[in-house]
Amino acid sequence: MAKRVSLSGNEAVAQAMRQINPDVVAAFPITPSTEIPQYFSQFVANGQVTTEFVPVESEHSAMSACIGAAAAGGRVMTATSANGLALMWEMLYIAASSRLPITLAAVNRALSGPINIHNDHSDTMGARDSGWIQLYGENAQEAYDNFIMAVKIGEHPDVQLPVMDCFDGFITSHAVENLEMLEDEEVKAFVGENRVAPYALIGQEPVSMGPLDLPPYYFEHKRQQAEAMKNAKRVILEVAAEFEKLTGRKYGLFEEYRMEDAEAAIVILNSSAGTAKAVVDSLRAEGKKVGLIKIRVFRPFPAEELAEALSKVKAVAVMDKADSFSAAGGPVFTEVRSAMYGRADGKIVVSYIYGLGGRDVTTNQIEKVYNDLFSAIETGKYEVYNYVGVRE
Amino acid sequence: MRIELLNKYFKMDQLPHIWCPGCGNGIALGAAVEAIDNSTMDKDKICIVSGIGCSSRASGYLNFDSLHTTHGRAIAFATGIKLANPELNVIVITGDGDCTAIGGNHLIHGCRRNIDINVLVFNNNIYGMTGGQYSPTTPRNARTSTSRQGTVERQFDICKLSENAGATYVARGTVFHYKHLIGLIEGAFKNKGFSIVEILTPCPIQFGRRNKTPEPADMMRLLKNSTSFSDDGKTKIGVFRDEKEPEFVSEYIKLLSNEGDISV
Repeated sequence: MAKRVSLSGNEAVAQAMRQINPDVVAAFPITPSTEIPQYFSQFVANGQVTTEFVPVESEHSAMSACIGAAAAGGRVMTATSANGLALMWEMLYIAASSRLPITLAAVNRALSGPINIHNDHSDTMGARDSGWIQLYGENAQEAYDNFIMAVKIGEHPDVQLPVMDCFDGFITSHAVENLEMLEDEEVKAFVGENRVAPYALIGQEPVSMGPLDLPPYYFEHKRQQAEAMKNAKRVILEVAAEFEKLTGRKYGLFEEYRMEDAEAAIVILNSSAGTAKAVVDSLRAEGKKVGLIKIRVFRPFPAEELAEALSKVKAVAVMDKADSFSAAGGPVFTEVRSAMYGRADGKIVVSYIYGLGGRDVTTNQIEKVYNDLFSAIETGKYEVYNYVGVRE
Repeated sequence: MRIELLNKYFKMDQLPHIWCPGCGNGIALGAAVEAIDNSTMDKDKICIVSGIGCSSRASGYLNFDSLHTTHGRAIAFATGIKLANPELNVIVITGDGDCTAIGGNHLIHGCRRNIDINVLVFNNNIYGMTGGQYSPTTPRNARTSTSRQGTVERQFDICKLSENAGATYVARGTVFHYKHLIGLIEGAFKNKGFSIVEILTPCPIQFGRRNKTPEPADMMRLLKNSTSFSDDGKTKIGVFRDEKEPEFVSEYIKLLSNEGDISV
C-alpha cells in the first residue's frame, strides 16, 4: 500500500534510491543535487541499504566510477547538477555507448558562466545528444516515479542505456510536497533483480569494454545505439503501463492538458508546467481555447506523437528554460518544429526563452505568451524567436 | 586586520560576507590582505583567482582584478593568466576540496612546473558550502555528512604533497597564529616560483558540530593546541621549503627569445 508523505524532491529521490538498494552509488557534491547522496549516505550508515557509497573527488570521477561499477555488473546510481553534469560530459558518452544502464538524478541548474546556482535547463539540454534517455518531471512525485521507472527502462534488454531523471533545482528539489511513496517491497518487486548485461565484466569469459573501435565497426555500434534509443520509446510506455497498474498514476511520453479543441498551445518542461496549467485554467474560464503539452520524455524524442497532438492547433509556443545560442530558437523549440514539418504543417510555431538562471516565471508571463499566440493567429504577424521576463 | 585596509582592498558594497559565524575564512583573508599591503607588489598588478567553495567567494570581496572560476580549476586558469601576462602577481584563493580533490591534478602540475603563482589554501577539512561532505583533508574517523560513521579514507598532507610535487615555497599556518600567518603569506609573495600556503581554518558549522567542537572558540583552541612550530608530533606550522629553482614562465620567455640552451 502506498503511503502519503511530505518530502522534498531530493529526499523523495533519495528514498527511491534506498528502496531500490543499488549496488554502488558514486557521487560528488554540487548544489542543488547534493542532498541526494547526503540523505543516501545516512541510509548507508543506518544499514538500511547494502549499497557501497563512494564520495569521489569530482563528478568526472563519479561518472567514471559508475561506469566501472556498471561494467562489473552492478546496479548503479548517482546525482548531479549543472557544472557537475558538464564535468561528466566525456563519461556520459562512454556510459551510453558502452550500453550501461546507470540512473542519474539530474537536478536542473543553470550552467556557468557566470556562476548561478538556480534553476534552468541549460545543463541537461546540453547533454541531450549524449545518448542518455531523458525523463523530465513536474514535481517531487514525478521525480520519484520517474527515478523508479528509469531503472527498469534502462535495464531492459532492448534498451540498455543510461537514464537521466531531470527535475527542477530548488523548485522541485528543495520544496517539500505531499506525494505517494510506494512500499519498499513494491519498489523492489517492480524494479526486480538487476538484469546484468551478458557483456558485463563478471568473469565467465574475458571481455574488453571500450577498446579502439575503428571504421570497420564503429558505425555499426553507433547504429545499434540509435536503435536502442528508438526501442526505448516503446519500453518507456510499457514500463509506464506497468507502473500505472501498481500506482494508478498514468505516464506517457508527454502530458496533454486541456488540449481538446485548443487553438493556442504551449509546450513546456518540468515545474513551469504547473504554473502554465493555472494559466490554462483561468483562460479557459474566459472561454479561450488554450492547451498545454508537458514533455516528459525528451530523449527519445516523441516526434510523431507530438506532431499528432499538435495537429489541430493553430499556433504553438515552445517555451525553453535554456537558450541554445543557435540564433534560431531554443532547443526544445527547434525539435518540436522539426517534428511538425510534414506532419502538422501550416501552424504558427514560435520559440520563447524564459526563466534563465532561476528568474521567476509568473502566470502573467505565460498569459502574455498565449495572448501573443492569439494575436499571431488574428494578424498573421509574429516573431519566431522571443524572450519573456527579461530586461531588453 | 587593520580597519583602514578594509576600505583600501575590499569591495565594500559586497560586504557583509556570506561566511558562517565562527568561520575562519575572514581571518585568513585578512591575513592575505595584510601581506599584500606589506608587500612591494604593485597593487594594480595583482590578480585574484578562485575556484568554487566557501574560500573561493573571497575573489568577489577583494577590490582587485579577479576571476572566479569553476570547481578545482583555479590553478589552471591562473597558469593561463600568468603566461599571457607575466607581469601580474597571480594569487589563487582556494580550499581543500577545490584544490586537492577535484583540482588535485592542477595542483601537482602547477607545483611541478614551478610557475610563479601564489596559492592560498583555506583548509577547513570539509566541503562547507555544499553541506559538510568529507574532503581529501578530513581526518580519518571524523564524522561528516557523507561519513556518518567516521571517514574511512586517509587524508592528504597538502604541504608534503606540494613539496614532493616540486613547489618551491611551501608553508603551513593557522588563523589562530595570525601574525605568523601574515609572514608566511609574505614569504610566498617573495618567492619567484610556485608558492603554496596551507591555512588551517575552522568550520564550526559543518565540521565542528559533527565532531564535538561546535563552538568557534573550541575550534580555535584546537588549532592552538594541535599545532606546533617544532617537530613534536603535533601538526607542524611554518615554512617547509623556500628554494630557488628555474621558474616556468621565465624559462619559457628565455626559450622564445632564443637565450636558452635549447637549439631552435
